[in-house]
Amino acid sequence: MSEPDTIQSTNAIPEPPVEHAHAHPAFQHHFDDMEQQFEASHLGMWVFLVTEVMFFGGLFAAYTIYRTLYSAAFADTSRHMDVILGGMNTAVLIGSSLTMALAVHAAQTNARRRLPWFLIGTIALGSVFLVVKAFEYTHKWHEHLVPGLHFQYEGPYAAQAQILFSFYFIMTGMHALHMIIGIGLLTYLIVKARRLAYSSEYFTPVEMVGLYWHFVDIVWIFLFPLLYLIGQHNLGGGHS
Amino acid sequence: MTHVVPKSTYYMVFAALLTLTAVTVGVTYIHMGRFNLIVALLIAITKASLVVLFFMNVKNSSPLTKLFVVAGLFWMGLLVVLTFSDYVSRGWLAVPQSWSSEHKTPNVLR
Amino acid sequence: MSSVPLVHEQPITPEGRTVNYLNVRHSIASWLLTVDHKRICILYLVSITFFFIIGGLAATLIRLELITPGGDLLTADGYNKAFTAHGIVMIFFFLVPSIPATLGNFLIPIMIGARDLAFPKLNLLSWYLLMIGAIVAMGALFLGGVDTGWTFYTPYSSRYSNTYVSIAIIGAFLAGFSSILTGLNFVVTVHMMRAPGMYWSRLPLFVWALYATSLIQILATPVLAITLLLVAVERSFRIGIFDPALGGDPVLFQHMFWFYSHPAVYIMILPGMGVINELVTCFSRKRIFGYEAIAVAHVALAVISFLVWGHHLFVSGQSIYAGMVFSILSFAVAIPSAVKVFNWTATMYRGSISYDTPMLYTFGFIGLFTIGGLTGLPLATLAVDVHLSDTYFVIAHFHYIMVGGMVLAYLGGLHFWWPKITGRMYPEGWGKFAALVIFVGFNLTFFPQFLLGYLGMPRRYYTYPDEFQVYHVLSSAGASILAAGFAIPVFYLLWSLRNGPMATANPWGAKGLEWEHTTSPPITENFVETPIVTEEAYHYAPEQEPEIVGA
Repeated sequence: MSEPDTIQSTNAIPEPPVEHAHAHPAFQHHFDDMEQQFEASHLGMWVFLVTEVMFFGGLFAAYTIYRTLYSAAFADTSRHMDVILGGMNTAVLIGSSLTMALAVHAAQTNARRRLPWFLIGTIALGSVFLVVKAFEYTHKWHEHLVPGLHFQYEGPYAAQAQILFSFYFIMTGMHALHMIIGIGLLTYLIVKARRLAYSSEYFTPVEMVGLYWHFVDIVWIFLFPLLYLIGQHNLGGGHS
Repeated sequence: MTHVVPKSTYYMVFAALLTLTAVTVGVTYIHMGRFNLIVALLIAITKASLVVLFFMNVKNSSPLTKLFVVAGLFWMGLLVVLTFSDYVSRGWLAVPQSWSSEHKTPNVLR
Repeated sequence: MSSVPLVHEQPITPEGRTVNYLNVRHSIASWLLTVDHKRICILYLVSITFFFIIGGLAATLIRLELITPGGDLLTADGYNKAFTAHGIVMIFFFLVPSIPATLGNFLIPIMIGARDLAFPKLNLLSWYLLMIGAIVAMGALFLGGVDTGWTFYTPYSSRYSNTYVSIAIIGAFLAGFSSILTGLNFVVTVHMMRAPGMYWSRLPLFVWALYATSLIQILATPVLAITLLLVAVERSFRIGIFDPALGGDPVLFQHMFWFYSHPAVYIMILPGMGVINELVTCFSRKRIFGYEAIAVAHVALAVISFLVWGHHLFVSGQSIYAGMVFSILSFAVAIPSAVKVFNWTATMYRGSISYDTPMLYTFGFIGLFTIGGLTGLPLATLAVDVHLSDTYFVIAHFHYIMVGGMVLAYLGGLHFWWPKITGRMYPEGWGKFAALVIFVGFNLTFFPQFLLGYLGMPRRYYTYPDEFQVYHVLSSAGASILAAGFAIPVFYLLWSLRNGPMATANPWGAKGLEWEHTTSPPITENFVETPIVTEEAYHYAPEQEPEIVGA
C-alpha cells in the first residue's frame, strides 16, 4: 500500500473527481453511485428497525413477566377490552399496510400520478385507526381505567389491574406515537411525490417509510392478541 | 434495483392477513385454556412473517438484511427468555436450612 | 515511505497553506453545520473534554469528602448527588461517546477508504442530541441534582426521591439516542462503503472493534431507553410498574436496566481495545499476532456481553439458579479479553519496541486492564460476590478498566492520531511525563480501594470507620496527582495547535490508509482518489509473511 503505483491511475497528476453530469439530483456524493446509496439507506432503515424491535421488546419483556405473575388478574381485566372493535382496527391497519405496499409498487413501476393516492390512502386508514383508539381511550377514561388519573377497579385485583392498564396505555400509546410520526413522514412523501420527486430510478424514501410503516403494523399484530384476546371472559363479546 | 413484487401477491397476502385476524378473534371464544395464548401467538407470528417476507420484501432481500432481521428477533428473545428464566427458576434451588424462612427469595405475588 | 500524492498539486489557501478539512472554511456556521466526519470529531472532542471536567469536579467533591471519616464537607444528600453526577456524566456523556464519537468518527471512513460515513447528516444530529441531552442533564444537576445513583434503582427513583430524576432521565435518553445513531452509522458504513480490495479480513482491527461496539449500541441502548421511560412515567403518574407497594417488581427494573448497562461497559472498553490494537502493532513494528483471533474475539465479546447481566443481581433476590448460570457466563466473557491481552503481548515479543507516548499508554492499558479484568473474576464468583458486592472492590474493579483501561487508551489514541487530526506534533517529553504522572496517580487512587472493598467498606457511603481512613487518604492523594496528570495534556495539546512542529503525513512510519494515503491533516474528501487495497493490514515485515500464490 505504500507504493504510488498501487493506486489505479498511473498518471503522476491525480484526476479531479469526475463531475457526475447525469447523476440524479438526489445523489449524495460521499457515495460511489446511486446503487450504493440505496443499499446503504436500506440497511440503515433495517438497523433502525432492529433498534425499534429492542425498544418495544423491552415493553414486551416486562409485560410477559407481569402477565405470567398475575395471570388471574390479567384475565379479569380482559372484559374491559372490546375485541370486535380491536379486531376491526387491526383490519384497518393491515389495509394501510396494503396501500403502503402498493405505494412502493407504484413508485417502482414509475406510476408517478398514482403514488400520492396510495400514500393518502395509507394516511386515511392510519387516521381511522387512531380515531378508533382515541374513542377507546376516552371510553376507558370514563370508566376510570386510566392509571394515575382516578383509577378505580373493583375486585381483588386492583393493583395488578392497574399494572395491566399501565402497559395497555404505554404500549398502545407508544405504538400510536410511532403511527403519528409515520403519518408525518407520509405527508412529507406526498408533498414530494406530487412534485414528481420519485420515480422508478429513485424512490428510496418511499421504500424506507414503507419499511417503517410495516414495522409499526407488526407491533400492533402482536399487541392486539396480547392486550385484547387474553382472557376467559370474552364469551358473548366484551364491551370497551 | 429492487425486485418488483406483483400486485397480486400483495392482494393475496392482504387476504391472508384479514383471514388470520378473523381466525384469531374467533378462536378467542373457544376455550382451550393455556392453548389460547399459544394459538394467538402462533397466528400473530404467521401474520408478522407474511408482512416481513412480502410487504417488507425480505423474501427477496440480501442475506445481510435477513441476518439483521433474524438477529433483531433473536436479541429480543434473549431479553425476554433470560429475564423470564429468573422468575421461573426462583423456587428451583432450596435455600439452606440455616438461613430460615426469613431469607426466602422475595415473592412478588400479592 | 509516505506516498501522499503530490503535495504541490494541492490547492493553496491565501495564507500559503495547503487546503485541508480544518482550514477550508472558518465560519462558526461551517463548524456547527458541518457534515464532515472529521469536523464532527473535533466537535465531540471539545464537548466530551468539557464533560470529563464536570465529572471530574464531582469526583473531586467525593474524594475531598472521603479524606475524613466523618461527613464534614457534604451532607448525606449532597454526597448522594455528587456520586450520581459523577456516574451519569462520566458514563453517558464521556465514556460512551469518547473513542467512537471522536477517533471512530475521524478514522472509520479513512481506514476503510471512504469519503465520509454513510449518513453524514445523521452524524451531526448525533452530536446535537448529545449536546441537548447534556444541557438537560446538567440542568438537572444545577437545579439541585439527582441522588439516585447513575443506576436509578426503583422504587427510590420512581417514587421516593424528590430530586430531578425525570429531567436527568430525559438527558440520558437523548444521550442514548445519540449513541444509537452513531452505532447505526458505523455499522452501515463498514458494511457498505469499503474501498475496492478492503475485505473484512483486511480491515484494521480498530474498525473491527468499533463495529462490535456499534452492534452493542444498536441492540442494548433501546432497552435502556424504554426502561428509563417507564421510570419517568411511573414517577409522573404514580403507577406501580416497578414499585412493590403497588404490585410492581424492582428486580424487573434491575433486569431491564442491566440488560443495557452490562453491554454498555463493553461499549466503553471495546473501542479502547481497538486503539490498543493499532498502537501495539505500530510501536512493535510488527504485524499483530493472531489478527483473526482478535477480530473474532471483538465480536464474541459483544455477543457474550449480553448474556451476563445477572451478575449485577446476585444479591438482589434473583433466583440462585439463574445466578449460577450468569456466573458461569461471566467467566466465559473474560475469555475473549484474555485472548486479546495474550495476542498484544505476543505482538510485542521479538518486536522492535519504541517508547513513544502512545506506547507508554499501551503498556499502562495492558497492565491495568488485566488487573481490572482479573478482579472481575472474584466478582463473577457467586459466593465471593456476596461479600464484595456494593463495596469499594467493585469500584476499584471498574475504575481499573474504565480509567486504567479506556481513558489510557483514549489518551494513547489521541496522541497517536494527533498529528493526523491536527497537522501538528505534540511535545514528546511532556507526553511521556503526563503519561507517567497519570499512571502513578491512577494506581495510588484506586489500588487502595481494592483493599478497602475487601475489608468491607461499602460504596456510596460518605462516612466510614476510622480504620479505613489511611486508605482513603492515600486514594484522595492519588486523585490529586491523577487530576494533575489529566490536566497536563490539555495544556500541551492546546499549545501544540499553534506552536507544535508541523506534522508530516506519516510521522510514525505506520501502516494504514490514514497514514499512507492522506495528508496531515487530511483534505475534506480524505483521499484525492479512492485507494485500491492490495495488502493485508499491518504489513510491517512482508518478508516474514508466507507467500500466497495468486493473491
